[in-house]
Amino acid sequence: MLDLRLYMAQRLSAMVMIPLTLGHIAVMIYAIQDGLSAAEILGRTRGSVLWFVFYGLFVLAVSLHAAIGLRVIVHETLGLKGRALDIFMWLAGLLLLVTGLRAVLAVTL
Amino acid sequence: MTADSNGLHVDVWRGSGTEGSFERFLVPMQESQTILDVVAWIQQYADPTLSYRYACRVGMCGSCAMMVNGVPRWTCRTHIKKVIKDNVLTIAPLRNLPVIKDLAADMDPFFDRWVAAGGVHHPTRDRNDAVEQISPATPERIEADAGIECINCSVCYAACDTVANNVDFLGPAALQRAWTLYLDPKDADPGAILDAVSGRGGCHNCHSQGSCTLHCPNGLNPMKAIAGLKRETVSSFFRGGR
Repeated sequence: MLDLRLYMAQRLSAMVMIPLTLGHIAVMIYAIQDGLSAAEILGRTRGSVLWFVFYGLFVLAVSLHAAIGLRVIVHETLGLKGRALDIFMWLAGLLLLVTGLRAVLAVTL
Repeated sequence: MTADSNGLHVDVWRGSGTEGSFERFLVPMQESQTILDVVAWIQQYADPTLSYRYACRVGMCGSCAMMVNGVPRWTCRTHIKKVIKDNVLTIAPLRNLPVIKDLAADMDPFFDRWVAAGGVHHPTRDRNDAVEQISPATPERIEADAGIECINCSVCYAACDTVANNVDFLGPAALQRAWTLYLDPKDADPGAILDAVSGRGGCHNCHSQGSCTLHCPNGLNPMKAIAGLKRETVSSFFRGGR
């Protein structure tokens, strides 16, 4: 159900997520404490390659990590296996990727 | 020996395959009585059709493991005083294995996984060569020495929730066996072992819940062995594998 490739993809994506999560929390605290309005935040993120790369990478890592995690949970609790399990994992990852990237594009384009 | 007039109320699983139910027996209580003594008494004095498995009676052969009050145990070395609750015992065949009849579980899936996990020696020498001298003091040998004390009783396999929920998982005992062979300098193909434990049912499915280590009657640590395999497969992955 979980081979070395999937295991490594999940561990490596977790390692990518550690600094990004800390960065994200720091940004949230900064934005709230500074009392930035939505317009002011968008003013800083729109057109910014840095924020596009930061949150684009975050969404990519989350999609990979969560899809593999959901694969394990669904297999062990609902008994889904084989091709159906593979399809579920890819669909879950794709859904997270599309919705996540849509949000990233909305604030950075 | 002193017999208790009330005796023990023992619920024993009776049936074959997936069909069956518990049957209650009243068994006289004795001094230093083990779970295996209780089962043997039932078979000898109450119902000779009761099926169960045992051999050495001293905790060496790994034949007599059963679920006792829902916990996997070696029955020949488990005193009833240690596990009894309200004078009632529940004895069932090992979890996670098919039932042949009554208390006898089919061990085939357990041993098939030993082979699937690469638990086969790959020789470096043949019978014409001198026996290789192995220092017992190296960290690898000390680590392997702990793992080879496994008596193949399947208690860890029955205790493991990952085995229960993931049909492909090789299980703690088979992976621990693979780990001892991987650490053995006499094994010619450690890469084949890493390949065998890196598949869809391999060591990476372990959640490190630790039931194997908690319940192992010999005090072994299969969870640590699995962690070792994870470490080595990750290291092999970064080196580009085979």
